[in-house]
Order: sequence, then C-alpha cells, then structure tokens
Amino acid sequence: MAKLRQAAIYGKGGIGKSTTTQNLVAALAEIGKKVMIVGCDPKADSTRLILHSKAQNSVMGLAAEAGSVEDLELEDVMSIGYGGIKCVESGGPEPGVGCAGRGVITAINFLEEEGAYDDDLEFVFYDVLGDVVCGGFAMPIRENKAQEIYIVCSGEMMAMYAANNIAKGIVKYANSGGVRLAGLICNSRNTDREDELIMALAAKLGTQMIHFIPRHNIVQHAEIRRMTVIEYDPTAPQADEYRTLARKIVDNSNFVIPTPVTMDELEELLMEFGILQADDESIIGKTAAQLSAEQAEALAVA
Amino acid sequence: MSELTREETEALIQEVLEVYPDKARRDRAKHLAVNDQSVEQSKKCITSNRKSLPGVMTVRGCAYAGSKGVVWGPIKDMVHVSHGPIGCGQYSRAGRRNYYVGTTGVDTFGTMNFTSDFQEKDIVFGGDKKLARLIGEIEMLFPLHRGISVQSECPIGLIGDDIEAVSKKAAKEIGKPIVPVRCEGFRGVSQSLGHHIANDSIRDWVLDRRDGQAFAATPYDVSIIGDYNIGGDAWASRILLEEMGLRVVSQWAGDGTLAEIEMTPKVKLNLLHCYRSMNYISRHMEEKYGIPWLEYNFFGPTKIAESLRAIAAHFDDHIREGAERVIARYQPTMEAVIAHYKPRLQGKTVMLYVGGLRPRHVIGAYEDLGMQVIGTGYEFAHNDDYDRTIKEMGNATLLYDDATGFELEEFIKRMKPDLVGSGIKEKYVFQKMGIPLRQMHSWDYSGPYHGYDGFAIFARDMDMAISNPCWSKQTPPWKKQPESGASTAPREAGELKKVA
Repeated sequence: MAKLRQAAIYGKGGIGKSTTTQNLVAALAEIGKKVMIVGCDPKADSTRLILHSKAQNSVMGLAAEAGSVEDLELEDVMSIGYGGIKCVESGGPEPGVGCAGRGVITAINFLEEEGAYDDDLEFVFYDVLGDVVCGGFAMPIRENKAQEIYIVCSGEMMAMYAANNIAKGIVKYANSGGVRLAGLICNSRNTDREDELIMALAAKLGTQMIHFIPRHNIVQHAEIRRMTVIEYDPTAPQADEYRTLARKIVDNSNFVIPTPVTMDELEELLMEFGILQADDESIIGKTAAQLSAEQAEALAVA
Repeated sequence: MSELTREETEALIQEVLEVYPDKARRDRAKHLAVNDQSVEQSKKCITSNRKSLPGVMTVRGCAYAGSKGVVWGPIKDMVHVSHGPIGCGQYSRAGRRNYYVGTTGVDTFGTMNFTSDFQEKDIVFGGDKKLARLIGEIEMLFPLHRGISVQSECPIGLIGDDIEAVSKKAAKEIGKPIVPVRCEGFRGVSQSLGHHIANDSIRDWVLDRRDGQAFAATPYDVSIIGDYNIGGDAWASRILLEEMGLRVVSQWAGDGTLAEIEMTPKVKLNLLHCYRSMNYISRHMEEKYGIPWLEYNFFGPTKIAESLRAIAAHFDDHIREGAERVIARYQPTMEAVIAHYKPRLQGKTVMLYVGGLRPRHVIGAYEDLGMQVIGTGYEFAHNDDYDRTIKEMGNATLLYDDATGFELEEFIKRMKPDLVGSGIKEKYVFQKMGIPLRQMHSWDYSGPYHGYDGFAIFARDMDMAISNPCWSKQTPPWKKQPESGASTAPREAGELKKVA
C-alpha cells in the first residue's frame, strides 16, 4: 500500500470547506483512491453529501447515548458512502454549552485506538470548523495526524485574514508535529482579480494556490439533493474542476512551513489590489454627524 | 536550642536561600523574615499571598479546597455537591474532622461525598443537565436536607457551564436554597481565594433570606464565626460564652446549620475566630447590618481570659460579671494543668507551620506552658495576618510565608526545635529526623484544643509528643557509627553494619 496521507482542511467559517472537501474526496474516490473524511465540527455536516443524509450519527453523540466512548465500536460510528468513502463525524454539543474542542480530541483518539486508519486507506481528510479557537481544534494537526494543510479561501478580505491566522497556527505545530502548509484552495466568490490576489497571498505565505475553483450554481443544485457535483452530474465542467484539484493534491509535494505576514503587510497587499483603501487618518473616530457637518463646511467654503 | 540573635537568623535565611537559582532566590527572599516587633506594617518585612514557585513543593491547596473543604463543607444540614470529576470530592471527603451532631445521611451530611462524577461526555456536552438531575435525586433520596451548595471544580469554569441558572430554577422547584459557588481550583494562588468566594456566595445567596422577618432577639445574642469544630473546638468555646450569659445564636461553620447562617444578621456581635477565612462576611455584616465583629483567641488560659474580657466589654455589667465568674471558675483547673505540665515543658521550643489563624493564635497557649515559639509561618496568609503575628512573636524569631519543603526542612534542622506543629505532609519527614511533631490542622486526631477544656488536652498532647522516650532511642542510618576496627577492614558495597 501507499503511505497514508492525512490532510486537514481549514478556512474561514462559511467559505465552503465542507462542500469543497466532499467534492474533492468524491473525485479521489472516482479514481479509485481509498479515502476517509473525519468531520471535526459539532454541527456534523461534513459528510452529508457523501452519505445523502442530513447529519450522520457522531462519535460524541453516540458516546453520550451509550454512556461513554469506551462503549462504542468502530462500526457504530463509521458509515460508508459514495465510492466507498468512509465517513466519521466527531460531533459535539449544541452551541453555547460544553466543550466542542474536547469532543474533537476524544473522537480522534477513539478513531486511532479503534484502528480506523487501516492499511488500505490512502487519504484521510479532516474537515475542521472555522478557526483554530482552542487546542481541541488543533488536534488534527498535532503529531502523527494531518501532515498537509489546505486552506480554503476567497478574494474577500476576511477570508484572507483567516488564512493568514491559520498559517500562524501551522507555524506553531510545524516545529513539534511536522505539519506543513500544502496550499491555498481558492473557492471563488467572483471578486475582482481574485486568482491573482490569492496567488500573491500564497507567495507571501511561501506556498501555492493549488487550484482556483470557479463559482457555479450547479454546486448548489447538487447540494440541495445532498450530493456532490461529481455524483450529481459527472459530465458538468464543475466536476472537472474538482477532478483537477484532486489530481493536483495527489501529485502535490509542495509542503512548506508557512511564513505568515503581519497585519500591515496583509493590508498593503489588499490595497495593492484595490480591496482596501489607504487609511484616511482624518476620519478615524468621527461620527456620521461630525463628518456631514465637516462636509457641509467644506461646501460652504467652496 | 538556644535562641538565635537577629544576625544569626538573618544569616540562616541567607544560607537557605543560597541553594535557589537567582530568580527564585529573589522571590523567596521576600517571603522570609526575621521578626521585629517594632515594625507596624508587615508589608515592610514580608510578602504574602503570591503565586508559589513551580518546583518548590508548596503545601497549599486550591480555591475549591477553601470553599468546599473549609467554609461550606461543615454546614451540616446542607448537601455540598463536588461538581466535576470524582477526585476532588473523594479525596477531600471527611478530611477535616468537623464534628457535628445529627444522623448522617438523614438530616446531616457532613462526612458524605456528593459528586456529579463528570465523564468525558459531560465535558463535551456540558454538565448542566446532569446537575439538574442530580439535584432532583438529592431531593428524592435525602428529603430532610435544607439546601444544596454546588462546589465548582476546574472543568466547570473551563467549559462555561451555567450553574447559576440551573441553581435558580431547581431552587424554585424544590423550595430550598441552592447556592452555586464558583470556586474552580485554578482561581487565585491558594485556598484563600476559595474562602473569599465562599463568603461572597453566602452573602449573595443565603444571608438576606430572613431580612425583615420577626426574630425573638435578646440583648446578648452573638454568633461564633470561623470555628470549624475540629475535634469539638466550637463546643468547647460555646459553653464559655453561654456560661457568661451570652446567647450563641449561630455557629459557623463547624456543627453549623443553614438556619443559623440565615439568623446571623440578627445578632448583636459577631465573634470571629478564624479571621483569614471569614473576615469577608463579618465585614459585610458590619457594613450592611451594622453588626460589629471582634476577633478572639480561645487557645490557652491567658488568651481566653483576655478574649472573654474583650467580648464582655461589648455588653453590660451582667455579662462582664459573667466573664469574671467564668475565668475564676476555671482558674484552679488551669493552675493544676500548668502545675503538672509546665515543669516538664519549660523552656522547650516550638516551630509552627500551619494555615489560617493557628500560626499566631496558639503562641499564647505554648507560652502558658513555659514553651517558646521560635519560628512560625502560614500557608496562605495575607499581610493583615502577618500584621497580627508580628506582635505575638518574639524579636528575632523566624517568619516564613508559603514555606517550601526545602526551607522548612533546613530551618528545622538548623534551629532544632523540641517540637514542630504542622500538618500530615510534614509529620513523618520530621519524626523520621527524630523531631516530635504534632499536627496542628487536625490536632492529630485529638482535641478539642479551644477553650479551657481544650487547653487541658492541648497540654497533655504536647507533653505526650515531646516527652515520648522514642525520640532519644532512634539513630537514623546516617548517624550510625561503624563498629570499631571496621573502618580498616574492607566492607562489601551496600552492606550496612548494625550498631549493637
């Protein structure tokens, strides 16, 4: 067997991590790869397109029912979906209670102890909730887990801020666990010069934009049917985009310790691309009323 | 050992500090001092209530220990839930010998361990539902309980459980007070913050429950605050107050009840024994209800007489006469105790290392027996404690705050006291060195030591420890002399020759 490759997908909340991951994984399965998805998000929506289900029974959900995680068997928590893809959701509490991070830790430990990473497996993808808010959500990138990180982003300012922050988190674990940044996946929002911008950001972070996924409605069409594009319409050009991404990831060997940039550098980049205007110091801290008064004054003078 | 001069004590501190790395030495130097009675404010000579250094073997506890173990735990008719994983509750269960009257498991619960026994899933999904269910179970299984306190262990604060909301809702349902206490162990530098947090929770959730209600008051109503009834201490104190004509309305927390706490705002004077753990609530009652408070000391006849007179000074002649009557009544007994033990203990020296009030409060009792305290220190004191200690200790004696295992051992090796008064962690270390030790947290499973009755037991116990013939009979291995001639004969490695 080939050596198991473990990858984690991070990125700003709502950027399309789960959709991209599942389409990518479906494309890998299509070319015969043995793949597993581990959802690391209490919402447990990382496998619905593969399983055609609303939300899979999660490790923590079942553990709570059974009494403890020790009472579970691997087959209780693992479902097989499209293309033989193995699916596991860590699960966790409803918003506002408990500790979701601990849930991720518990679930991943369980998978390791139960031998979920068997010899046939070629790829594991961890689909991780928005930001690395605490130690629990960094679990997938600790020692002996994911070695490659892909950050999903777009040309929007906040998505790029988040990407840079995640790169900082990777630096921390790069030294202890050997994790590397493997590339940015641009999930297009149709902003101006988006591909150039993300390529420039990737260069600053010391990595590559591994693929640019154009925006297309068919992704939503597939999604409301709880399917990936690959399965819903294998002939669609969008499906080919995910296939290309999959192939690039299979062939990828560009793994780096990222070089995150300072806020100032990031803002300079955004200004260069016209996304951010240069700070006008004269307007900082002024209310709308003050500004309109000033404008009126300026007009009067003119 | 004879007394050290100021210079010798200073040199001893410097020598002990020598072993630390620079930063640690600078830090620890602030916590060690030579006593000087002329200093008005202890902050000029000693630093306290600071974070302990990692690696030094401090014997401090945590905020949970201060709340559950000290302040709340002894309230006997309430159920105190250790909310979190099992260990905190189990290893603090019944550890403090807070004696009480009642039928355990029926109307009193002092020595029992109630815990929510957190599991992995409770951490991940939150423990609020479990807490609500547990309260229902307590109500069903122990219907005679008068209320519940929820003692937070560390995870409760980490995962952000809303124990206040659960407590309020459940209190309404069962019609009894439920007190959420945010005493997570990681808060503060020692158990001291736990005392404060527990005091605040009494203030916020209990103390005003009978405000505006009728109360058949007398002019002689007092409360005992900060006596934990270790080995029956509070009982031995209470009888003296009652004998002098006062009415003890409430007793905290040893052998105390919820009702007594609720009635405390009705008294005329709060009598405070352990200042460190209960000054907060005493100050609050002074502010809100105008009740004055008075620190007293019931260790040894000298301090008892002083305290009884100071207490009586707050009342009329009836009580003042009562105080004199009590003092006179016990005087012959005390004289007999002293006549018996003082000749045996005269001139013996003591070093103390304890908690809340004892490092200063027991000095007088030792002095009544002709003994001298040559070193003392607190685990978790603040500077107001040292302010009160400076006057009690002789000049040039040694003060140590949050002493490390190493410091205490070195000080005691060098100063060679005849007796050490400390706790279970120190007991066997020093006894193996051949130095008698009495536990001054638990009274070594004896007691009471408070009051006149307690002094007779205190004197007997100290004599028993010091005069025990075993100390002179043991030779530690490193002091054993090789047999004559053995030094020239080759010996097998590792072989220890027995001294005949």
